[in-house]
Amino acid sequence: MKKNLLTKVVTVLSAATLGAVALTGCGSSNATAIADGQTAKAASPDSSVVYRTVDEIKDSGTINIGVFSDKSPFGYVDENGNYAGYDVYFAERIGQDLGVKINYVSTEAANRIEYLQTGKVDIILANFTVTEERAQEVDFALPYMNVALGVVSPSDAVLSSLDDVKAEDEIIVISGTTAETYLEKNYPDIKLQKYDAYAEAKTAFENGNAIAWANDNTEVIAFAIENEGFTVGIPSLGDADTIAPAVTKGNESLLTWLNEEIEAIGAENFFHADYEATLLDTYGADYENTLVVEGGKVQ
Amino acid sequence: MQGLGIDVLFKGTNMLRLLKGLWVSVEISLISVVISIVLGLIVGVLMTSKNGALRLLFRSYLEVVRIMPQMVLLFIVYFGTTRVFGINISAELSAIIVFVFWGTAEMGDLVRGSIKSIPRIQYDSAYALGMNKFQVHFYIVFPQTIRRLLPLSINLVTRMIKTTSLVMMIGIVEVLKVAQQIIEANRKASPNAAFGVFAVVFLLYFIVCWPISRFAVKLEKRWV
Repeated sequence: MKKNLLTKVVTVLSAATLGAVALTGCGSSNATAIADGQTAKAASPDSSVVYRTVDEIKDSGTINIGVFSDKSPFGYVDENGNYAGYDVYFAERIGQDLGVKINYVSTEAANRIEYLQTGKVDIILANFTVTEERAQEVDFALPYMNVALGVVSPSDAVLSSLDDVKAEDEIIVISGTTAETYLEKNYPDIKLQKYDAYAEAKTAFENGNAIAWANDNTEVIAFAIENEGFTVGIPSLGDADTIAPAVTKGNESLLTWLNEEIEAIGAENFFHADYEATLLDTYGADYENTLVVEGGKVQ
Repeated sequence: MQGLGIDVLFKGTNMLRLLKGLWVSVEISLISVVISIVLGLIVGVLMTSKNGALRLLFRSYLEVVRIMPQMVLLFIVYFGTTRVFGINISAELSAIIVFVFWGTAEMGDLVRGSIKSIPRIQYDSAYALGMNKFQVHFYIVFPQTIRRLLPLSINLVTRMIKTTSLVMMIGIVEVLKVAQQIIEANRKASPNAAFGVFAVVFLLYFIVCWPISRFAVKLEKRWV
C-alpha cells in the first residue's frame, strides 16, 4: 500500500510541479484517472499507447526486459558482468525466439510496476509474484514458477503437518512476511516467535528456540540444503502463488505472444531445463516439480 | 582477507565493474555539482533581492526541495514526465536534472546566507569611501562571501556524491548497485562478502571525497 501511496504522490506532484495540464479542467479528470491507474491516458491522449507491440519490438531489433540484478539465483549479474539466473535464462529464450537483442534493465522490487506503466520496459521478468492488486496495474502472462510457504524443522523431529503442533510448541516467523499473516489467520492457536530480521530468526532457529521455522518455501528449502540436520517437512503451504512475466496493461499483442511462447516451450520441458541450469545448486533436485510450472499449467 | 570476503572482488571482472560503477556516480555528481554551483550563485544573489515576489518565489522553490525526498524527485522526473507528458527522459539525464534542481536550491541558500552574513557596516564604509554599487559588491562583498561559502559548499558537494546511490531506483547501475550485485552473486560461496565489499565501497567514496575536502582546506588557507 506504500507503493500505491508513492505512485499517487508521484503522479499528483508531477502534475502540480511540472504543471501545464493540471491548471485547466484536467485537474478533476486527473484525480479520477489516478484511481484506476491510467493517468498517462487521461493527461495526454497522444501518449495513451505507451507500450510496443510485438511487431514494433521486432522492427526496432531490441527488447527491453526488466530483471533483478541482485537476486541470486533468479536474476543476478555474474562475475563477468553478464546477467544470469532463472528469470534471465527465460529472457534469453524470449530474445532468441523474437529474433531481437535484449537490453536488460536493472529493476528494484519497488519500481517494477512503474517501469511497465511508462513503457520503459516491454516485459518484467523479475520474480514477479501474481497478486490481485498487481493484476489491476499490469497484465500477467502464464506463470512459470510456484511460490508458497514452507516449514523447516530439525531432521530428528520433523514437523510434517501444522496439526501436529502441540499447545506448548512455538514456530519462528519473520515479522511482516506472508508466513506471519498466514499463520495468524489460519492457525491462531499456534504460538509464534517473531523476529525482525532473517539473521536473527536463523540464529534463534539454529539454537533450538522453537520447533520449526515458517517462511517462503524457496527460503526454507535453500536453508535446509545449506545447513545439515534440517529438513523441510512442509514444502508447500497456504495459498499457492505463482510467478509470471508481466507486460504493460493492455499490451494484448505481446501478452498473446508470451502465452503462446510459454505453452510452446513447455512441450520441450524448457522450464525444467531452466531449473536444472540455474536453480539446481540452490534448491536441489527434490523440489524441481514443486517449484517449476511448465507450459503455464499449475499442477 | 578470505574471511572478509574481499577476494570476491578479484573474481572475473568484478573490480573493474565496481570502478565503472564508481565512475557513473562520479560523472553524474560532478556534472550536477558544476551546474548547481553556477546556477546556485545566480539564485543566491536573486534570493537577496529586494523584490518581495522574487524572494517568495525562490523561498517556495527552496522549501519544495527541502521537503521532497530526492527519491520522489527522481520518480517524478523519470516516470512522472513519461506518464503525464509522454516525454522519455533517459535515466542519466533525469538524475542530473534532479541533482541540479536540488543542488541549485541548496547552493543558492548557502550563497544567500553568506551574503547576508556580511555586516551592514562594511557596505556603509565602502559607500563612505566613495565606491559605487558595483564596486561594493565585487570588491567588498563577494570576495568575503566566497571565502565563507567554501566549507559550506564542499559539504554540499560531498553530500551530492553520496546521494547518487539513490539513482539505482531509476535503473542506473552505479557503484553501490554493483556492490550489491557482487555480494548477491556470491551469497553462497562467500556469505561474509558483504562486509569486505562494502568496506571497499566505503574506501572508494572516501578516495573521491577526500581530495575535494583537502582542496577546499588548501584554498581556505591561501585566502586567509
